[in-house]
Amino acid sequence: MIAEFGQVTLILALVLAVLLATLPLYGAYRGNETLMRLTTSLVIGHFVFLAAAYVALSAAFLNHDFTLSYVALNSNLLLPWYYRLTAVWGGHEGSLLLWMLMLGGWMLAVAAFSRTLPREFVARVLAVMGIVSIGFLLFTLLTSNPFDRVLPGPTDGQDLNPLLQDPGMIVHPPLLYMGYVGFAVAFGFAIAGLLGGKVEREWVRWARPWTLSAWAFLTAGIALGSWWAYYELGWGGWWFWDPVENASFIPWLIGTALLHSQAVTEKRGSFPAWTVLLSIAAFSMSLLGTFLVRSGVLTSVHAFANDPERGLFILIFMAIITGAALLLYALRAPRIMTGPGFDWMSRETMLLINNVFFTVSAAMVLLGTLYPLIVDFMGWGQISVGPPYFGAMFILLMTPIVILLPLGPFTRWKQDEVMRVMRPLVASAAVAIVLGLVISAALGAWSLRAITGWVGGIWVMAGAVAWALRQARSTRSGLALHQWGMTLAHFGVGVFLIGVAMVESMTFERDMRIEPGQTVEAAGYQFTLHEVAQVKGPNWRAEEARFTVHRNDREVARMTPQKRLYHRGGQVMTQVALRPGITRDLYIAMGEELDPASGAWSIRIHVKPFVRWIWGGAALMTLGGLVSASDRRYWRRRRAEARQAEKTAEVPA
Amino acid sequence: MRFQVSGFRFQGRLRSALAMVVGVLLSGMLAASAIEPFPFESEVQEKRFRSLAEEIRCTVCQNQSLADSDAPLAQDLRRELFAMLQDGRSDMEIRMFMVDRYGDFVLYRPPLAGHTILLWGGPIVLLLIALGSTVVIVRRRRKAL
Amino acid sequence: MIRMLLPLIVFGGLLVLLVAGLQTAEERKLVQSPLVGKPVPEITLPGLHDPETTRSTADLHGHPYILNVWGSWCWACRVEHPYIDRLGREAGVPLVGFNWKDEREEALAWLDRFGDSWHFHLVDFEGRAAIDLGVYGAPETYLVDHRGVIQHKHIGPIDATVFEDLMRRVMQMRAEAES
Repeated sequence: MIAEFGQVTLILALVLAVLLATLPLYGAYRGNETLMRLTTSLVIGHFVFLAAAYVALSAAFLNHDFTLSYVALNSNLLLPWYYRLTAVWGGHEGSLLLWMLMLGGWMLAVAAFSRTLPREFVARVLAVMGIVSIGFLLFTLLTSNPFDRVLPGPTDGQDLNPLLQDPGMIVHPPLLYMGYVGFAVAFGFAIAGLLGGKVEREWVRWARPWTLSAWAFLTAGIALGSWWAYYELGWGGWWFWDPVENASFIPWLIGTALLHSQAVTEKRGSFPAWTVLLSIAAFSMSLLGTFLVRSGVLTSVHAFANDPERGLFILIFMAIITGAALLLYALRAPRIMTGPGFDWMSRETMLLINNVFFTVSAAMVLLGTLYPLIVDFMGWGQISVGPPYFGAMFILLMTPIVILLPLGPFTRWKQDEVMRVMRPLVASAAVAIVLGLVISAALGAWSLRAITGWVGGIWVMAGAVAWALRQARSTRSGLALHQWGMTLAHFGVGVFLIGVAMVESMTFERDMRIEPGQTVEAAGYQFTLHEVAQVKGPNWRAEEARFTVHRNDREVARMTPQKRLYHRGGQVMTQVALRPGITRDLYIAMGEELDPASGAWSIRIHVKPFVRWIWGGAALMTLGGLVSASDRRYWRRRRAEARQAEKTAEVPA
Repeated sequence: MRFQVSGFRFQGRLRSALAMVVGVLLSGMLAASAIEPFPFESEVQEKRFRSLAEEIRCTVCQNQSLADSDAPLAQDLRRELFAMLQDGRSDMEIRMFMVDRYGDFVLYRPPLAGHTILLWGGPIVLLLIALGSTVVIVRRRRKAL
Repeated sequence: MIRMLLPLIVFGGLLVLLVAGLQTAEERKLVQSPLVGKPVPEITLPGLHDPETTRSTADLHGHPYILNVWGSWCWACRVEHPYIDRLGREAGVPLVGFNWKDEREEALAWLDRFGDSWHFHLVDFEGRAAIDLGVYGAPETYLVDHRGVIQHKHIGPIDATVFEDLMRRVMQMRAEAES
């Protein structure tokens, strides 16, 4: 019953989305106030129905309604209630529902926080987002309905993939989708800006906090996915340049470029067309990512169930949305150079360079990801493009960014002197070189990668701090929130850089054979295996190895990696043992029992230096994005402008 | 086709698992990652082994390197790789060995050749065009100063 | 105008590529063997029924033959077995079994149960020779011509359509060998 209720609410949400995509748009076109006033109620209704459908599916999971094939495939009687709730997005259909719920949520937020914006503009933004929602609702209802029933249902379901029965996996997809879907707001603003014609500069300012928050969510989502893969998959890697990972990274790179180009367009009025194009591209790449993950067009480690038919649907949808947007862009985008001129050495040029490297990186990742398709298309055979390609290219393209990053904030708009910009950074450069070398020496990290990582990372961090200090001294009120945000995010880049360089150059990793009672040495730590015991969990049993780890005769950790067998489905999983630390992680994964007589097991031990800094850096970037987005500056100015607009509107009357 | 893929030994073993996991298909990842102690002669050899195993793609897996895959064929190939290192063969010879048998597909680092010119050169050309446009744009905008 | 249309054009190209990619997604999952069109590597292995005698692909030189990779553990091999049976009886060329990563007792029991229409079997329990042959899964079926060149490789189980295709190719090889 509740499933039918969910089904009906989904259809009602579709009806409202259709109304939302048409009435306000027509109202904005004809200047019909009544139609535009409908927008808010339609957005609320749309969200409420999506939420009801979502709740209905969750209830089906909680009640073990195995007549729903989606529930039967992704949960069972033994699954704890909290994993039953998260199993809602454990598969393709439910995760789409989550996607749409978030789109509905973003639309609600736009409606709530944009009361001070011109009504026509908001109507257009929400109508565009309504069109996006139509596409996804049709996709769900026609090809991937989570409420499909199979009667009679099985007495028990299968299992949620054990890899997904994990706290990291609970939050990874929602955050990632928040990011993906969040770019729909920037997309909506850009399209509304194009439709409206005259407002070129204003919409960019209004779009900034939305873009910043979407970007922050995407950053957090990607970082969580990487963290999850690191501790859950048992091979100790944090990034593999797999097509599915790239599918989330391309929108991130475009989004990063967009944040910076928005700054120029908002502050100086330059590059409005480029900002529009990036807004379209960021969301289109999110759609492309959805396509790559769900169509099975590329072979990936972590893809959803492959279904070319679904793939074709998303492709057609993407062709319509992006195609129409780009056509509109070609017809309407501002073609003239706007804003005052600028010199070689200026903030504008700096941000332009930032955009060059980020967009070319995005293009590189896209090219590498799709290159096997191109080669096949041309009949040139079969090739693979993997980490060695992406790694080399990405380092090449990001090195200039790392070198120039601290200079950017110091550079003035319009015109500046190289020496004036460099002067306050001399100390940072010196600190970076000296400290970088000293730390590398102290850690014994004498590899080019480690040293450049430390020097580059400290340079970026010190540059960010130097800028914040100078800014704090020069203004009485201290740093504004958006300035704090930028400082945090840039500082995070430095932290991230050090983490990556250390992990990639100094990781200790070895497969070993070990018997109970034996001690092995790894990177200065002594790992002793005491016993391998049988343990039981709610829906699994496992063999658990019990280790103690010593360093300099002092016990530093007790670690218990497991090899689990899940009852339902019989999947075998390694549960790694992790001892996180600021400067290193200890990591043990169990392999196979090699010899039942002696009880010997094969195990893999990693000692990963500074690996936490990778996610720490990403966390700082996320925080920076959110802090920046919350700056009242964007909201206050809006209010002032709204008053201004009212005043000017009153004059002719 | 699905029929046939399940026929491979590695996936055959996981067949029951695969049938369940219709949602997110993480077949390759379900297995423990390949943990196998080899008696390396030296750390250099161990490092070479690891970097080669990470650069060579497992042909039966979804998208995993030899180093990460638990598929029986990957185990065989790792053993072969170790034997070749013991034999004193060079990295290039080992890569050629794999390519001769499984094609360019096994290399995660595509060789620089006619059909990969666009892959390796594309981003560089694009970067040059983008930097060139930057120069043009800044020059034009300087006039408006 | 053209400059403003450029993103749309690039996007159009991307769409064409993705549509084409969607069509070929299934094919691309199979890794094409570089050995097709090349001489079959010389493989010398013991037999299944007769572990003491070793046989080599070189012995077969001068005649076309079919090489079929199988194992008793391989579930799809059971599926294709009726067609293998027919190939053995109808193709008119030797059908050589390549028993891969198996165990002797199990393999023999499997043959007892399902029938053995192969002319003989080579056994590769270690999987060493299979690497030279570029085997990456079972079942796989190779067609080798009288010059000892691999003419064709089919990956996966044989069904009615594949069977017809293989028979046609075998006839062609036979005609070539005779002329």
